[in-house]
Amino acid sequence: MSSATATPVAASPATATDGSPKIRGWRNPWRRPWFLETFTWLYLVWSLVPIAIAVLFSFNKGKSQATFQGLSMRWYYTDPVNSVWHNPQLHSAVFVTLKLSAYTTLIAVPIGVAFALGINRWHGKIPLSFNFVMILSFVVPELIFGVAMFFVFTQLFSGVGLGTLAEILGLVTWNVSWPAIIVQARLVTIGRQYEEASADLGCTQLQTMRRVMLPLLTPAIFASAILVFSGVIDDFVIVDLLSSNATNTPMSVIIYSTQHGGNGGPALNALATIMLVMSFIVAGAGFLGYRWMTRGQRIDGRQALATIAGAES
Amino acid sequence: MAIQAPPQPPGAPSAPGAPGRPARSRRPAQPARAFWILLAAPGILWLAILFIVPFYAVLAIGEGKLNRLYESPVAVYNPLDWSSANLSNVMHDLFGAGAFAGPIAVRTVIYVVAASLLCLIIGYPAAYFVSRFAGRRKGLFLVLLIAPFWISYMMRMLAWIDLLQTNGYVNRALLDLHLIGTPVNWLGGHSFTVILGLVYGYIPYLILVLFAGLDRIDPALIEAGRDLGLGRARTFLRVTLPLSRQPILTAMLITVLPMVGDYFTNQLLSGAPSTSMIGNLIEGQLGTPGLEGQGAILSLLVLLILLVPMIYYVVATHRASQEAS
Repeated sequence: MSSATATPVAASPATATDGSPKIRGWRNPWRRPWFLETFTWLYLVWSLVPIAIAVLFSFNKGKSQATFQGLSMRWYYTDPVNSVWHNPQLHSAVFVTLKLSAYTTLIAVPIGVAFALGINRWHGKIPLSFNFVMILSFVVPELIFGVAMFFVFTQLFSGVGLGTLAEILGLVTWNVSWPAIIVQARLVTIGRQYEEASADLGCTQLQTMRRVMLPLLTPAIFASAILVFSGVIDDFVIVDLLSSNATNTPMSVIIYSTQHGGNGGPALNALATIMLVMSFIVAGAGFLGYRWMTRGQRIDGRQALATIAGAES
Repeated sequence: MAIQAPPQPPGAPSAPGAPGRPARSRRPAQPARAFWILLAAPGILWLAILFIVPFYAVLAIGEGKLNRLYESPVAVYNPLDWSSANLSNVMHDLFGAGAFAGPIAVRTVIYVVAASLLCLIIGYPAAYFVSRFAGRRKGLFLVLLIAPFWISYMMRMLAWIDLLQTNGYVNRALLDLHLIGTPVNWLGGHSFTVILGLVYGYIPYLILVLFAGLDRIDPALIEAGRDLGLGRARTFLRVTLPLSRQPILTAMLITVLPMVGDYFTNQLLSGAPSTSMIGNLIEGQLGTPGLEGQGAILSLLVLLILLVPMIYYVVATHRASQEAS
């Protein structure tokens, strides 16, 4: 929608300024917004250059997080004690993060998609109120939710205790709203025609679901899986409150507790850079996959990008 | 709305709303309801057991008793047996004589208001520029705006920890420019640093939501303002700003809600008690013998205060999705 209307706006400066040379400077409504553009660039520099510097420090030869002393892979694997590869805590954190992301995605996405379909078509008070609960779970501050999870697994369902299972249960609950929201938004745009056509042609509900609805929903389901997976990589609060020892502590928590404990160093930058690369790989795969799944549809790269980032639901 | 439907089959009504309506009444009565209930059931059960029950458990612990021997909380699930010991303790900490939690609550409000307003002041122009003027470079700008969304919060905090060290690049640049005489210990407990960290940490979410909202404003409306003789500033004030009220509110909520529960930004960028927020108080009480019940009550109080903006958000998004369909 935006792409179609962007072109005439972009084309107007030429005609306008050529036609009426009298309105120049501030009065000219089609003047290039230099101030806004400079501001935006400054913002981007402020938002991205510190990250680039932090990535650079992960390759630091020395122990400092403040002075760059030359390039090396010391903090990734050369250092026999403190590198990500050789420090057992940092090493296992990478795999804990990947494990939590995979399990959470595999559980949360099917539940969320089925929930979205059911809630959207089953009319009544119960689905309406649970949809409300689902959106509440999307906006409740993560700390408040984490506190509830902490108490429920240490007091009420104390059999679960803290650790991997608690983390997965908490993360699934926290992330189930992504597929639920995105699939519902997609159902609204698809409308009912396809389902009705399929029913008229004699399909049962299950067949309609499998042959018509699921293929139509695949891009949305895929986008939500990408969001959940990368969301879990970056998650901090829930896993911080629900992890119990080194075997179930993911990267974000290791970075926080080590840095906060005063033992920071370039190895943490290396770990954070690994997180960054993981997220970017997931995002890149998500973007390409989404483009491929929506090929032939009028969806441009920008929309795909925004969808993968959760901005189009 | 923004996600487009696949190409319509020829002859089908183009708008799902208006002309195609009568088809709906031909839908077979209700053989199928059980099917939808079955689909929704796992999600409903999951949310009931792991979202609704946990909050009741927090309430039961907060209003429950304390095991004096182990200093561990004892949950009381029957509301008739609830005790208000924890609640009165928390109230005493917040408002009583020598209350230590009161100033923390006030500081939380100040930090959150300052940081979210700064987010808006910085984020709105950037989102506005990219949504309206970026033209053919919109894709590039969007990638750069969205990039921080994929960079973990901890990485973004580490970046500033590196820069703000006493011998870090920020101090060196300021010394070179003769703006300061001696290096500043930025990470030694400054409110300024914590607010900067909050802004840096949460602004990507604000910009993303704001961009999505501003991008949906029909440029024709803004051009109409121009055609009717409004200047640049007045078009913005009379047309663009009123139209972006809803995106601004949602974006602010998306930023403010998690910021209230933040306890890690100030720990990483300051660590001093003088910059503690309400999140630190709650997090510190978890796992502390004897104080867990108070932590439960405190988190519920925060939830109670935030319930109004949360419900507003839910209603607003619900209305938006209704308008879209």
